[in-house]
Amino acid sequence: MELEINGKLHQIQSSADTPLLWVIRDELGMTGTKYGCGLAQCGACTVMVDGVAMRSCVTPVDGMAGKHITTIEAIEDDSVGKRVVAAWIKHQVPQCGYCQSGQVMAATALIKQVPNPSNEEIAAAMINLCRCGTYNAINAAVHDLAATTGKTGSV
Amino acid sequence: MDNLSNPTVADDAFPTAQAANISRRRFLLASAGTAAGAFVLGFGLPVGTARAQAAAAASPARATKVPAFLEIRPDSTIRLQSAFVEGGQGVYTAMAQIVGEELDADPATFVVESAPPGSDYVVMDSGRRITGGSSSVRFGYVNMRRLGALARAMLLQAAANRWDIPASELTTEPGRVLHAASGRAFTYGELAAVAMDLPVPDPASVKLRDPSQFRWIGKPVQRVDVRDKSTGKAMYAIDISVDGMLHAAVQHAPRLGMTVGGLRNEDQVKAMPGVHSVHRLPGAVAVVAQRWWDAKRAVEAVQVEWREAAADSTLRAMPADFSTAAFRDSLARQTGPGVDAETEGDMAKAFQNAKTVVSATYDSQYLRHAQLEPSSTLARFNPDGSLELWMPNQAQDVFLADIVKRTGLDPKQITVHSPLLGGFFGRHFLYNTANPFPQAIELAKAVGRPVKVIWSREEEFLRDVCRPMAAVRFRAGLDADGMPVALEAISATEGPTEGIANKKADKHDPAAVEGLAGKAYAIPNRRIAQLYVKTPMMLGYWRSVGNSMNDFFYEAFLDEVADKGGQDPYALRMKLLQGNQRLTKLLQAVGELSGGWKRGPYTAEDGTRRARGVAMASPFGTQAAAIAEVSIDKEGQVVVHDIWQAIDPGSIVNPAIIEHQVSGAVALGLSQVLLEQAVYEQGKPLARNYDMYPILPPGRMARVHVRIIESGEKMGGIGEPPLPAVPPAVANAVATLTGQRVRSMPLSKFTFKA
Repeated sequence: MELEINGKLHQIQSSADTPLLWVIRDELGMTGTKYGCGLAQCGACTVMVDGVAMRSCVTPVDGMAGKHITTIEAIEDDSVGKRVVAAWIKHQVPQCGYCQSGQVMAATALIKQVPNPSNEEIAAAMINLCRCGTYNAINAAVHDLAATTGKTGSV
Repeated sequence: MDNLSNPTVADDAFPTAQAANISRRRFLLASAGTAAGAFVLGFGLPVGTARAQAAAAASPARATKVPAFLEIRPDSTIRLQSAFVEGGQGVYTAMAQIVGEELDADPATFVVESAPPGSDYVVMDSGRRITGGSSSVRFGYVNMRRLGALARAMLLQAAANRWDIPASELTTEPGRVLHAASGRAFTYGELAAVAMDLPVPDPASVKLRDPSQFRWIGKPVQRVDVRDKSTGKAMYAIDISVDGMLHAAVQHAPRLGMTVGGLRNEDQVKAMPGVHSVHRLPGAVAVVAQRWWDAKRAVEAVQVEWREAAADSTLRAMPADFSTAAFRDSLARQTGPGVDAETEGDMAKAFQNAKTVVSATYDSQYLRHAQLEPSSTLARFNPDGSLELWMPNQAQDVFLADIVKRTGLDPKQITVHSPLLGGFFGRHFLYNTANPFPQAIELAKAVGRPVKVIWSREEEFLRDVCRPMAAVRFRAGLDADGMPVALEAISATEGPTEGIANKKADKHDPAAVEGLAGKAYAIPNRRIAQLYVKTPMMLGYWRSVGNSMNDFFYEAFLDEVADKGGQDPYALRMKLLQGNQRLTKLLQAVGELSGGWKRGPYTAEDGTRRARGVAMASPFGTQAAAIAEVSIDKEGQVVVHDIWQAIDPGSIVNPAIIEHQVSGAVALGLSQVLLEQAVYEQGKPLARNYDMYPILPPGRMARVHVRIIESGEKMGGIGEPPLPAVPPAVANAVATLTGQRVRSMPLSKFTFKA
């Protein structure tokens, strides 16, 4: 099958029921997207599918044909993603960093859909786990993004 | 017996031993006559003994082999080999700050990596190299500063040689050597090739900067790894691949000690898509495949006839009837006196004269590390027979020694790469049966190709070692004024160091009692003891080790003492710290930070009933005090709104990293006190993933307010110290709010009413 990732088409050999995560990591060799639990519990594997955050560890690859998949590798090609990364650096969010690809993807998907999210919308979208406990830094970065978006009226 | 909280104590027996003097570099150094007397440790040889031997030999200056640590590139960027592994604690940045300060180079120009094993990188005076015990910065500080100063002296000398003038006429500014008289300058990059070939000056000849002149130490310098970690470029062990590599997944025995009998469907599994081969390993079955998903799916399909552990098994075989609930009850029922760990005064007399006596029994739960990156290892045998490993580890030399022992290879034939850790919290020490590298080595050998073993989350949780469980019997005697005059704590437990060594300590395991022992309160008669009870569980170090539970026990019980004596718990602590300026100031600081101590209960602006609790801890050379504000939600569960924490590590390197470490430690402390427990029934864990073993989600995080105090006392640790005061502060607030004194974690076991 054919898969569109980060604007590029890839011919995929993996079996149809392979989770998208393992196609991205093993077959395509893009390791920025992480394996944490395999059960859609932690969110380390979050990618964007047509601009929506999706947990790739439980997403069979065969449903992904014709969709636009974005991984962390292309995050700064996206104008919102670029701002999210800048906010992550400004707030010095990562500690071990292992969950942060997924956190950045989740934040990017949120701001793309809701440029100026409320506290409740942020809380509902930013649910990925972080064992280092960077939650407050993540929260500060996302609120900063939301505020900036509100001020400039642009994404 | 040693533990990680005090790596400078001489009388220890760190069970994983040390492999000093076995690297190629060490041999070269030794032959060049620049290293300490040669000694090679065997396993089980107490480090204390080794240390005595080391002390007997000429005392070496640590971290002096400049070219082993630093590569200055033509563009003046600086590649630093860090003795310590980065796993989120910020040590790469701290090392860049410390070395950069004396080298006169901006930390932002540093590229930091984990150094290989070898004595060159034993930078702590203790003669040990581990990334643990919150010890990297505090025990590496002086030596790493001197390393930077030595490198700067070499650059100055190189410039002096080029210009043929005395080095004393030269100065530096960040990244450059200057000759003010002539206005000439060289960048470090222009000098590096020559400079690094110069002899390293006498370590005693370089002068360190006056702290008042620091540009980077003590400043909130940005982390060197944040961009890569925000863009998916950071590489962890699980991400490494090499040419020709195959992937492996494993199925472990459901109970440790069991061995592989028959495989009922081996032929079918071999025929599954992508499968390369099926392997029997000690206590596990492995499938090697072209891709990991295929390996995982296949290995989970293997129907294994597991055999019970042999009677002579050397492993800590898990009994078929083991239940954590029953074990906790049995610990709580222990009545023995235990072995003294700390004694003061005359207990019998003090209790005789006491007006009232308070007693209570507390207990803790087993905990998983639950770091987000599951354990993995990539092993490759090279054509010349050498072995290369990429593996998560926080003790390179200890792992190397174990690999030597397992493979019979010469240490010179083994390369250990230590990539970034996707969290560790104590997970990546050498724990027999809990590290995947022996499997990776065996599989790579068997298939003749590089193999990367990744443990699925379920296998990771099945084989992770646990933070010990303990039950502590407390007894306190109060005088007529309600002041505690005697306190006894007997902890029925097996300490983590005992668990790892798989034997009882000669006396007691300090890691079992730290946080019960070593409290600063002026209670004149004290007895802290450990009553050793062997557990079937595999044990390990978990962030803040014994303090992670013992400060919960002690500080919650101290609130019971305060209540019994009719005293406010904050005021009681203040009284018990009278004359202790450092801790008095700390307790005042956390009170101020929270807007002034108020216990409650009271009604908050949003109409919820709330209360606050206070607790203190003295872990890893640092002092901490925390206040928690809680309410109870509609489901009767605890909501923690705010944590205020004042922390005094003596002196600091990076206040921004410290604030983040405090926030992270608060999260882990909350996770422990609110949610976590590893429950076993019939010898098996009920939870093998985050669905059944919940860790703190973002929605339950508290706001965190931090005040850093630099008392100027001896530098303490930072990674672990902000954790232990958090659970008791929460439990004390809950007791005040609900009238319900909880003596067991996690609080999610109970339903509360405000």
